[in-house]
Amino acid sequence: MMTHQAKTLVQNLLAGDRRALARLITLIENRAPGAAEALALLYPHTGRAYLVGITGAPGTGKSTVVNALTRELRARGQTVGIVAVDPTSPFSGGAVLGDRIRMRDLAGDKGVFIRSMASRGSLGGLAAATGDVVRVLDAAGFDTVLIETVGAGQSEVDIARTAYTTIVIDAPGMGDDVQAIKAGILEIADILVVNKTDRPGAQNAVRALRAMLDTGHRLRTIHHHGQINPQRGGEPSEPEYDFWQVPIIETVATEHNGLDSLVDAIDQHRAHLRESGVIQDRERQRIEAELADRLREALLNRLIAERSPGAIEAMIRRIQHREIDLGSAVRELLDG
Amino acid sequence: MSEEKIRVLIAKPGLDGHDRGAKVVARALRDAGMEVIYTGLRQTPEMIAEAALQEDVDVVGLSILSGAHMALVPRVIELLRGEGLDDVMIVVGGIIPDEDIPRLIEMGVSAVFGPGTNTDDTVQHIKRTLKDR
Repeated sequence: MMTHQAKTLVQNLLAGDRRALARLITLIENRAPGAAEALALLYPHTGRAYLVGITGAPGTGKSTVVNALTRELRARGQTVGIVAVDPTSPFSGGAVLGDRIRMRDLAGDKGVFIRSMASRGSLGGLAAATGDVVRVLDAAGFDTVLIETVGAGQSEVDIARTAYTTIVIDAPGMGDDVQAIKAGILEIADILVVNKTDRPGAQNAVRALRAMLDTGHRLRTIHHHGQINPQRGGEPSEPEYDFWQVPIIETVATEHNGLDSLVDAIDQHRAHLRESGVIQDRERQRIEAELADRLREALLNRLIAERSPGAIEAMIRRIQHREIDLGSAVRELLDG
Repeated sequence: MSEEKIRVLIAKPGLDGHDRGAKVVARALRDAGMEVIYTGLRQTPEMIAEAALQEDVDVVGLSILSGAHMALVPRVIELLRGEGLDDVMIVVGGIIPDEDIPRLIEMGVSAVFGPGTNTDDTVQHIKRTLKDR
């Protein structure tokens, strides 16, 4: 696509054209020509939307919660952009994206825009372009952008880097209480939701999560983006406002129960982030990580372009034949 | 690194509750490397047009077994055009009497795939038609 077309799309998007929004997302997802320019033009218009991540194991009800949560946000006058990520088949490169099935209540509402994304080989629960697609929705003026991850389970922590508030959804019967204290996904939760609480075993799930939260209570300060910040030497003067008590919200999303509490919890977390200044920290850390990713990719591409064709391939063979180890190979390629 | 994928919306307009065919096709298209947005049962033409716009699909596949195709298909086409989605390819599957097929094609449907269609034929039709544009 010619760059002037990208420019026109950006202008139309900023004027509220939904078709331009949809086409820009495709452009960016495909990393098509013009995508980088469009993102550069959109960037000054971003930073206004509140970004909320929704993650959890398959079958816990992520899409249904997104549907109900969006209805609640709409009732409170907010416009909502939704990015729902489903896995790409590693075999065919294709995908079946089914999150819209649970979001039919939102059809016909111009204050809502839903986009399904395939993960396209990316691990960690999001697609590589998800951050950029979220920025497009942000620039389009949605008050809240909800980001629903692939339903994988224990290691998809990318979402905590992308969203300000991360909601982790659990449901009864998903596993014993040791699941709840394993490292990973629960550590990134700013809000825990136990969905389907009309099912048997719901109170066990709530209890297991509460016990998990209690054991961790004073052991950590606050965690950002899946990494627990180094403790500040356990200083007693550590300000109390730095500590966010993760709430457990019980919902039956299909019946629209508990959604008001969930939106209240999001508002409280947002206020907490703002008052404590953590929101700037989170954004700074996100930018740091994204910049590192982009630099890594750009440097790799530059290195590959600079080396003779086949140099990488030759090195792979030498490593495979045990002639050189990985570390030495990297040094040799860099010194080139 | 540009990576384009064919995006297809598979929708079931109207009131029949039989979505096995739609799912078989969705899966076949996935296996052919396409990204398939599956929207589930009982979609209104308005919902389908809206989803096609938001998802920026190349193809809309409509599965209809209720006999209401001569009402539903033109309505979907009209709404898609109303949204400016003139270039979206439309394919129809399900139970469609032979005598209705020419009229559907005239309305702008690219192909009609009835029972017993080899899913490869559907895949090849979509790939070839999009490539020829």
